[in-house]
Amino acid sequence: MSAKTVSSIASPDLIGRAAIDAVKKLNPRSLMKNPVIFVTEVVATLVTAIFLRDLLTGAPVSFTGQIMGWLWFTVLFANFAEAVAEGRGRAQAESLKRARTDTVAKKLSDPRNRERFTRVSALDLKVGDFVLVEAGDLVPGDGEIIEGIASVNEAAITGESAPVIRESGGDRSAVTGGTTVVSDFVVVRITAAAGSSFLDRMIALVEGAERQKTPNEIALTILLVGMTLIFLITVVTLYGLGLYGGTELAVPVLVALLVTLIPTTIGGLLSAIGIAGMDRLVRHNVLAMSGRAVEAAGDVDTLLLDKTGTITFGNRMATEIIPVPGVSAREATEAAVLASLADETAEGRSILALARETFGIDVTVVPDGASFVPFSAATRISGIDLVGRKVRKGAVDAVRRFVSEGTTGKVSEPAEFNAAVDRIARSGGTPLGLAENGRLLGVIHLKDVVKPDIKERFAELRRMGIRTVMVTGDNPVTAAAIASEAGVDDFIAEATPQDKLSYIRNEQRRGRLVAMCGDGTNDAPALAQADVGVAMQTGTQAAREAGNMVDLDSDPTKLIEIVGIGKQLLMTRGSLTTFSIANDVAKYFAIIPALFIVAIPELSVLNVMGLSTPQSAILSAVIFNALIIIALIPLALRGVPYKPASAESVLARNLLIYGLGGILVPFIGIKLIDLAVTALGLA
Amino acid sequence: MTSNGWLQIAILFVAVVACAIPLGRFMARVFAGERNFLSPVLAPVERGLYRLAGVDPDKEQGWVAYTLGMLALNAAGFALLYAILRLQGVLPVNPQGFGALAPDLAFNTAVSFVTNTNWQAYGGETTMSNFSQMVGLTVQNFLSAATGIALAIALVRGFARSGAAGVGNFFVDATRATLYILLPLAFVTALILVASGMPQTLDGSFTATTLDGAQQTISIGPVASQVAIKQLGTNGGGFFNVNAAHPFENPTALGNMLQVWQMLVVSTAIMFAFGHLVGDKRQAKALVTVVFVLLIVGVAVAYWAEAAGTPVLQQAGLDPAGGNMEGKEVRFGLALSALWAAVTTGLSCGAVNAMHGSFTPLGGMVPLVLIKLGEILPGGVGSGLYGLLVMAIIAVFVAGLMVGRTPEYLGKKIEAKEVKMAVLASLVLPVFVLGFTALAANLPGPAAGIGNGGPHGLTEVLYAYASGTGNNGSAFASLSANTPWWNTTLGIAMLFGRFAYIVPMMAIAGSLAAKPRLAASTGTFPTHGPLFVGLLIGVILILGGLQFFPALALGPIAEQVQMLAGKTF
Repeated sequence: MSAKTVSSIASPDLIGRAAIDAVKKLNPRSLMKNPVIFVTEVVATLVTAIFLRDLLTGAPVSFTGQIMGWLWFTVLFANFAEAVAEGRGRAQAESLKRARTDTVAKKLSDPRNRERFTRVSALDLKVGDFVLVEAGDLVPGDGEIIEGIASVNEAAITGESAPVIRESGGDRSAVTGGTTVVSDFVVVRITAAAGSSFLDRMIALVEGAERQKTPNEIALTILLVGMTLIFLITVVTLYGLGLYGGTELAVPVLVALLVTLIPTTIGGLLSAIGIAGMDRLVRHNVLAMSGRAVEAAGDVDTLLLDKTGTITFGNRMATEIIPVPGVSAREATEAAVLASLADETAEGRSILALARETFGIDVTVVPDGASFVPFSAATRISGIDLVGRKVRKGAVDAVRRFVSEGTTGKVSEPAEFNAAVDRIARSGGTPLGLAENGRLLGVIHLKDVVKPDIKERFAELRRMGIRTVMVTGDNPVTAAAIASEAGVDDFIAEATPQDKLSYIRNEQRRGRLVAMCGDGTNDAPALAQADVGVAMQTGTQAAREAGNMVDLDSDPTKLIEIVGIGKQLLMTRGSLTTFSIANDVAKYFAIIPALFIVAIPELSVLNVMGLSTPQSAILSAVIFNALIIIALIPLALRGVPYKPASAESVLARNLLIYGLGGILVPFIGIKLIDLAVTALGLA
Repeated sequence: MTSNGWLQIAILFVAVVACAIPLGRFMARVFAGERNFLSPVLAPVERGLYRLAGVDPDKEQGWVAYTLGMLALNAAGFALLYAILRLQGVLPVNPQGFGALAPDLAFNTAVSFVTNTNWQAYGGETTMSNFSQMVGLTVQNFLSAATGIALAIALVRGFARSGAAGVGNFFVDATRATLYILLPLAFVTALILVASGMPQTLDGSFTATTLDGAQQTISIGPVASQVAIKQLGTNGGGFFNVNAAHPFENPTALGNMLQVWQMLVVSTAIMFAFGHLVGDKRQAKALVTVVFVLLIVGVAVAYWAEAAGTPVLQQAGLDPAGGNMEGKEVRFGLALSALWAAVTTGLSCGAVNAMHGSFTPLGGMVPLVLIKLGEILPGGVGSGLYGLLVMAIIAVFVAGLMVGRTPEYLGKKIEAKEVKMAVLASLVLPVFVLGFTALAANLPGPAAGIGNGGPHGLTEVLYAYASGTGNNGSAFASLSANTPWWNTTLGIAMLFGRFAYIVPMMAIAGSLAAKPRLAASTGTFPTHGPLFVGLLIGVILILGGLQFFPALALGPIAEQVQMLAGKTF
């Protein structure tokens, strides 16, 4: 299943629900988690009390009332941002929950005896219980197949409707609760208790119910609290400083100054940014087991990528057929086609395809009297016997042996043949010998074909400062050739799980963060060691436990997207923080002259925006401060535009937009609101 | 403004950077414990001192032990100085026969010199005996400077080390700072100052017959030796009441240039030493650029404002070409007075060669703003660097995320603990400056000490607490500060301004040292180069400015706009 495209930020339905949630979130106990907005709520309550007092005493209330209203809107808008983000996750959780209906499990008291089982509720299953799952049954919980093979529909989790094979032993032994066995049967040992299964965790994750602040979010919150405290000191002491200069500042005015200065914008959007980042991963069908993992993804310096499936298509293909002198290219190709007629492997098919492309040879009918010689691991040769003709292809030494057996005289082995074999081997390809009776015809070049666009992606990663490392079981010569063709920075040839683990450790020792993906049980230690370990959904339970992310599509290329999502999340957070702080400059120029204009009329030179009256200046700043939260919700949910580039250029761009923009935008915004406020006669 | 004035300013900055580069390299060697050209002479002395004190120089301290060692030394220094000041009357080398200081003044002065502030609520030549000056104040001038340098080096080690438990040994660092850096520099420059006409004697005063035939008692004393370390250690505590505006404390224009050079050279060199110690000189260049760009802007604004003078006086017939010469020495003129004012406050030195309170409001705002930006441009010896690094940590944390990685500075991840400590340290300045100012300006007792009406009076108070909390020590004259309220509250401000900042800063040093140092790549946030310089300047100005803009608007800015409108108080 490919990433779902999001056409709009939220449906009207979702917005309605989020609006209700925004009001519910006014509960101070839940708001405490967001200190900046909590402070806003406290001072809004204070202004409300003053408003009510003025109302009762008959003092003018229009200005205080408007300030009060916008303070509450500020809190509500911040709550709304969070509610919208949560709502988007909840919609996805709904579909997952349907798979979690109470199923009946066939519990076996003796795993070896499938005949005797008791029907129990899936909720009563404990870790270590054995269950029988037959065609048509829902898998009652996460577990490991200990016996049997079955095709399983995992659409409930992955959205992919084509069934996959699950079998005992090996790397395909894990089953997930909520999936359906569509054929055959399996005996499963339960590995996760009800309530803590993969599906449960997935629901909790997308719902945001178990959302905990990530380390960087915690640090940022501390900074925001610190800034709030600093501005609290600034504003409280300003009362005293004003008093010395002969101005007694009113509480609503001081509150207005406080709320515009404290970082309400980023404070209001911070959790929405985090939820949206997780959500983006889920939309790419990746589940992160913790927010920490998403942040670590942004920090990755080194990517360990499996060659097969990620860098290459994963099967070797014939790319050329080199005849020996005295044999025409067409003759050699025809022989290769004959030798491959019965070869159903991808390599064999690719020889036929090559012949079709180069000479238009298309044999569909098997010649009469032909008998096929199948490939075996012992002979390492295959081909066809026709009347008077024995055509073979296979490993070069096996073909040499075949030729020497087919002739009585001395085998003529042209120098060109050996040269071609050497050249192919050196380039990382696999040479196949081609012979007929006692005569060598040529060499077939089999090549691991590198995906066409992968080189550009690696170049992109390199610009972002990320090293790519190819992991392959190939020998060093082959690996080096493919590595240079694909443009990776390094490779591990003849890689064993231990090699991967020690490579990761070595990178980490040099201060680099490493990401990798894997699926086998023997990948588990490396997955656990890596800073970002992405386990394939098709992988074993051990691999899924060891990694901190699971890719439901089991697509190793996804690692590159995951890094991008991590980076985008961090960028969005940083950009909006910078924007929020930079906004304060303009607010000062709006409010400070307004506060003291009566006592020190000359301070009007600071009123650079030319705001009409002191009251409209203060009101405009407060309104701008509230509206900017709403205006930035789409950006918080979508993330800032992200294009792979060096840190230097990304920083320059974001500093310009969110730093300089953050200083300038409010000057314009506050002026416009002031014009509107004046036109409407609000102040 | 004249081109001659600018030339003098330019020569000074070039001379400072030219000398700071080799001095920085030398400091890096000293604190890495490597042999240097002074080792043949000083290494045996150093070893002897450790044996005497029972210090094992190879023993590393964690940040807690390091900080406790520092606090113990400073507490002992405070106790010693307080005792000397209280017992002055019975102690020797007291030619003028001065009596003991009052408890509040002794407290204020002891705190002041231990914290490298050198706020002086007393007049030197009318209060302090030569014994108090030499054994009391000058010793603390060395120790407080060495303390600052040691702490900065500890923080730098936090960045340079990887997965380490220790940040160095405080006693070793403080000894080396004194022995290899401060003492030799002070010795050589004191001789030059003497050559420029500065007194160095144990006599208290002499009597001169003036041109009118009157008898005048003129105070002298061991001036040069104290001035040398006062400037080098960014202490700023003058021998005489009017500090470096006194002809004996600053006899010639050339000597004046040397003193500005002394103030700047160690603080600038330690930034270069930082570059060597973290193994990346570009990082030091970026910090030096930030510091000098802001400092030169400060000098330029002050020079411009002073050269523009006051319109009211010019309308009354004053020659506008003279600028504002009130409170300035004719020997130094506008350029060198503006230069000194900016440098002494960009640093936490606080020595003055002109009266900041007599500057135009805008010109006087420059020193005030430079103090409020955190005493990091380049700040006191050591304290400037650690303040600047804490600011860099905040800048990197805010903007670092924008490159799509969690923030890191010099390969160290900046996480919740560092941010928490940086925030705690950043709270010190606004709490004590704004809190005390708001109180003192409105309490009838303290407010009686304010010398001028209108916004200028508020600036006096604001300046006093900023100077105290920022450990600067300069004053905005005409505040009568030698009363129990001012002595006590300023003493508290100085104490917290120094140590309430140091403790969280050292916690950062410890936490950073324990972290692995990550490798840099093209994906890491670049902390050299013009982009970071611009960012750090922006963060320093915005964070500092946001805290103090309202107060400045009510003080110097209000005064300036009223002055331009012809309003007087």
